[in-house]
Amino acid sequence: MKKLLTALLFAPLMALASGAAVHLDKAPDVSGDNAALQNGAKLFVNYCLNCHGASFMRYNRLTGIGLTEQQIKDSLLFTADKVGEPMRVAIRPDEAKQWFGATPPDLTLIARARASEAGPGADWLYTYLRSFYRDDKRPTGWNNVVFENVGMPHILWELQGQQVLNHETHKLELAVPGKLSAAEYDKQIADLVGFLVYIGEPVSGLRKQLGIAVLLFLGVLFVVAYALKREYWKDVH
Amino acid sequence: MAANTNFEKYKSDGSIGGNVLEWVDARFPATSMWKGHLSEYYAPKNFNFWYFFGSLALLVLVLQIVTGIFLVMHFKPDASLNAAGVPVAFASVEYIMRDVPWGWLIRYMHSTGASAFFIVVFLHMFRGMLYGSYRKPRELIWLFGVGIFLCLMGEAFFGYLLPWGQMSFWGAQVIVNLFSAIPLIGPDLSVWLRGDFVVGDATLNRFFSFHVIAMPLVLIGLVAAHILALHEVGSNNPDGVEIKKLKDENGHPLDGIPFHPYYTVKDIVGVVVFLMVFSCVVFFAPEGGGYFLEYNNFIPADPLKTPPHIAPVWYFTPFYSILRAMVWPILGLDAKFWGVVAMGASVVIFAFLPWLDRSPVKSIRYRGPIYKTFLTLFVICFVILGYLGTQPPSYWGEKVSQVCSLIYFGFFLLMPWYSKVDKYTPEPERVTMK
Repeated sequence: MKKLLTALLFAPLMALASGAAVHLDKAPDVSGDNAALQNGAKLFVNYCLNCHGASFMRYNRLTGIGLTEQQIKDSLLFTADKVGEPMRVAIRPDEAKQWFGATPPDLTLIARARASEAGPGADWLYTYLRSFYRDDKRPTGWNNVVFENVGMPHILWELQGQQVLNHETHKLELAVPGKLSAAEYDKQIADLVGFLVYIGEPVSGLRKQLGIAVLLFLGVLFVVAYALKREYWKDVH
Repeated sequence: MAANTNFEKYKSDGSIGGNVLEWVDARFPATSMWKGHLSEYYAPKNFNFWYFFGSLALLVLVLQIVTGIFLVMHFKPDASLNAAGVPVAFASVEYIMRDVPWGWLIRYMHSTGASAFFIVVFLHMFRGMLYGSYRKPRELIWLFGVGIFLCLMGEAFFGYLLPWGQMSFWGAQVIVNLFSAIPLIGPDLSVWLRGDFVVGDATLNRFFSFHVIAMPLVLIGLVAAHILALHEVGSNNPDGVEIKKLKDENGHPLDGIPFHPYYTVKDIVGVVVFLMVFSCVVFFAPEGGGYFLEYNNFIPADPLKTPPHIAPVWYFTPFYSILRAMVWPILGLDAKFWGVVAMGASVVIFAFLPWLDRSPVKSIRYRGPIYKTFLTLFVICFVILGYLGTQPPSYWGEKVSQVCSLIYFGFFLLMPWYSKVDKYTPEPERVTMK
């Protein structure tokens, strides 16, 4: 118990130790761009959904990015039978933990959870997914600048190619080119991150639209309420 | 004039509605309550900006209760894991956010409402300090108010565990562990509070019970007492003079106006402005920059993974800073124990204000430079302490928070002295319309 208490009291100190902040690149905003988000969905289902679930996200909620239920059934519905089911994975958490050293986290809320003082979660994800490099010391052969000694291998290496870390300049350099150019790869990652942001809060588009309507209504109500107050207060001196 | 007695019973004009009201009024003090608390409750006519926050606090209370009722319909206080390996409580919050129609709006209103409650209540309390609203004869109003504030802190703390995210879990772990610093009974006490050796399902269930039943009941009772006591003695005002001293031929205060309709229509304006600010957060920044909904709380609670930096929600941080500022073991007792004592004292000390203040005037308008300086320093220190409480501990942070804690307590403990020796300008006979 004592040890736990000490650990808890000193836990905030560890934040300082691990706080060597990496500069995060700004993720392009693709919210509302359905073509980009659909491409992100495709990448997510093809590359991520083997190990990472999005267990709070139902497949048919993807109608929110301009897909029909039939399109979802035909092209995206790999891990469930019905379109109303959530995007779960078949991988077993205990096995995944043995293979990678840590259970791959559920990604539904990852864009919200990864936000910090350094920037929105989208920036962290955008930088992270572009910062893998070859490292023979790691069991998977991959390491990451943003997430030191991460258990995840570089799933998208065929697209990006293989980067190495130049230990003198501390910069990443492309050693073996992939199928895509750097700019093309960045665009794919932007779409994927946009999709992750979308599933983090599918209602955010509606939320903002509604907010404008609510504020307009309150603006009108303010004028009426203020006029009423002035009328009543005429006789107070 | 007592708030709810001595009004004549309603006499029907012969209409059906009139007959019903007469029937009711003969059996229930309907007219008396309406007149005593609203249409013939005379409030000073010179209320300014600061006087909106009382009615706004009431509004937020109602907002929290109504949204809370709907959240309870879908929330499940259950720490066990579901089929996807996620704690049921955490998953039920996401269920509310995604699958319950308009659930996201209800939830954001409730989570934003929690922070709004503290903003409004802090400003309401500050109003009391500006104009000496705690002074005789309003000591009991102030004491009920301090009770409300304590309850509110409990209510917020219990509620924060419910989404069962990382910050919920570890925040509760840290706070409950504070009780273990109490000598002798501490360790057993913290187990008793948790219902387990670590924060777990038992803790979640009892916190749920406290959050939705126990605390709201006490809170509503105290709010009723707060308002009844206020209506018994009448409201203070920015000049700090008693309007009941000067009355017209009907016995109404010369500087008073009936609460209804004057202050009801004025408060509606305040309500609309408040709702605009509130809506800006709910619809455009529900996370409040990570202060209203902490980012780490989007990760389900994991008892095996301590987050690198555990910070309480912003409204607790000034008091949390005072806790951390105590680093000296005294009388053979742990520094942590004294931290808990200091933190408790920093909240409870508000209750003593009516007796610490010895000034001949109530309002800041007629107080002298010493009080004004102390109050300004107090506010600055409160804000600095709040900021430092959100930050990881550091050498300078610790030193600054110690100085600020000293000034914080100095404001209260030196008040009997400086409020006496300060210079004052004479209060006016009647209120002024500034």
